[in-house]
Amino acid sequence: MSALEFRDAIRDALAEELERDPAVIFFGEDVAAPGGVFKVTTELFERFGPERVFDTPISELALAGAAYGAAATGLRPVIEVMFGDFMGLTMDSLVNQAAKLWYVSAEQRSAPLVVRSAVGAGGRFGAMHSQTHGTWFQGVPGLKIAFPSSPAEAKALLKGAIRDDNPVLFLEHKRLYSVKGPPPEREVIALGEAAIARAGDDLTIVSIGKGVPDALAAAEELAGEGISAEVVDLRTLRPLDLQTVLASVARTNRVLADRRLGLRATRVGRRAGAARPGRRLDRRHRRDADPLQPDARGRLRSRRRRHRRERARSRRRRGRVAEPRTNAAACYYWRSPAVQSGLRLRS
Amino acid sequence: MANVQAAQPKDAAAMFLGGYARMHLIREFETAIHRLFLAGEVHGTTHLGAGQEAVAAGVCMALRPDDYVAGTYRGHGHALAKGTPPEPLVAEMLGRATGVCGGRAGSMNVVDVEHGLIGCYGIVGGSIAATVGAAMSAKRQGGVAVAFFGDGAVNQAYFHECLNMAKVLLLPAVFVCENNFYGEFTPMGSVTAGGDIAGRARAYDMPSAVLDGNDLWAVHEAVSEAVERARSGGGPTLLECQTYRHYGHSKSDPAPYRPKEEVERWLARDPLKLARTRLLEEGVTEERIEQTEAEVSALIEHAVAAALAAPYPDPDQLAATEYRR
Repeated sequence: MSALEFRDAIRDALAEELERDPAVIFFGEDVAAPGGVFKVTTELFERFGPERVFDTPISELALAGAAYGAAATGLRPVIEVMFGDFMGLTMDSLVNQAAKLWYVSAEQRSAPLVVRSAVGAGGRFGAMHSQTHGTWFQGVPGLKIAFPSSPAEAKALLKGAIRDDNPVLFLEHKRLYSVKGPPPEREVIALGEAAIARAGDDLTIVSIGKGVPDALAAAEELAGEGISAEVVDLRTLRPLDLQTVLASVARTNRVLADRRLGLRATRVGRRAGAARPGRRLDRRHRRDADPLQPDARGRLRSRRRRHRRERARSRRRRGRVAEPRTNAAACYYWRSPAVQSGLRLRS
Repeated sequence: MANVQAAQPKDAAAMFLGGYARMHLIREFETAIHRLFLAGEVHGTTHLGAGQEAVAAGVCMALRPDDYVAGTYRGHGHALAKGTPPEPLVAEMLGRATGVCGGRAGSMNVVDVEHGLIGCYGIVGGSIAATVGAAMSAKRQGGVAVAFFGDGAVNQAYFHECLNMAKVLLLPAVFVCENNFYGEFTPMGSVTAGGDIAGRARAYDMPSAVLDGNDLWAVHEAVSEAVERARSGGGPTLLECQTYRHYGHSKSDPAPYRPKEEVERWLARDPLKLARTRLLEEGVTEERIEQTEAEVSALIEHAVAAALAAPYPDPDQLAATEYRR
């Protein structure tokens, strides 16, 4: 089977969805006749014509508003906001209009739209063309945020995004566009399902998008040192498939979260170390596994927590509790209060 | 042919009596909401559109049921004019489960898909953006999308970006500016460079007009022409309807910043009075008008009673609806 390039995966997904559903339209800046600045959307204009695929002015507010209005009246628009850095301009229509429609209208209508953007650093584009906006929108109820890690995933996940009845931000890492890989095994990946990109026993590395190939490379390196790392590919930042993450961490007892993507983990190393005698991490490693230690310190300093911790430790010493609550190792949380409250549900 | 022509004035009078009924409905509705607000039944705030009825009614008279309308946070009139029945709308204002949005939208954010109201937007200019997208759908369906927005919105990026885009894409949109001369508490002229809202359309090579927004006939005529142009592929139009709000910006605003003479001048040009006088001139009887007014008043009375008796939404039902599945 021939290898699929990431940019072609995106274009093929768009073409197949435009073909499948007449309600799908695609518009943005330089996307139609020019075929996109990253040459992702070539040939769509020629194939589907100016009623379905068209260029717009450089007007991100209007673009997002138009996508919302079209989605609210029966179309399924896909728009391209060229660089994720421009997403600040789209926020009113996406946050106040699209994301709230389903709830505010008491489920009369939702806004099934997709906003594709190129994100991430590494292209030497500078400070205003290198950001990843996923975390900017992570606290917005009603929005979904997808971020594929491979060509296969890009194609199936974009199809999933277009078929989803909710507004979806779709992030495409610039450094992935030229990556080639096998075609997808599944036609559509529904949003909200994480995947185990590599199985392992000693450590769970959680990432998304371009972070996943990075994590896989790291896992390969760790394997050379005799450490078996599991890589969880979240696929969507929102909704967050916490079940898959927690199930993995419950087995490995250690989690490394890719902080570049707004992921944070804390207390994990400490707890995991306590939980698995003989695999205790030394202080330096604990800090490494705990990228947010400065933030966490304030909470850890709290008297009640310290008291509880010491009591638990002394109880363990006295042999009254055979195993500490290892699930606490999975104290993996996000800046988003919604997700934090999700974590609170876990006992 | 002669018969048709002879019949026209009578039909027109009946049509405008219908328009007047809508205006009266909006006025009675706003009066009732004002009263309910003072009684503590309307939660949060509310923005009343009394005084601006001729714009909403005149615009919607020129539309078909399946055309789209996007309203503002002063949008009760937009909803009523487009066809939302008063009962679920009053209930919505009171946050009741029987509201058109189950009490979730409240006063500012009403959506009524069935009647083509795609939304009312709490952010100034939001309706303009939504209309551009709705016009993309309308273009396929042979329909039209109308944005209501205030004079404040013409200084938002939305206004310029969307008028430009609508013109470039030749979308069937009508942009209706309800110029009530105040953006919240600030006089329009002091924050609007050039002071000429309709004139801004010239920069986009878009047809535009300044209208007496208190004259139902004038609004209806101009909008009909704009709608006709939009439907036949002629692209968008900007209409500046000059009008005045009888209340302050919101329920926390007694509007002390407006000169007394100015308020009196506009109150003397109350759109309902003007329409009533014109209807009498056109041969509609006083009796017929009074009968219409009584019907509308009864409708509102019934709607208020029903809304007050309706239950509040069950909070347990609210949490599960973040996503459509």
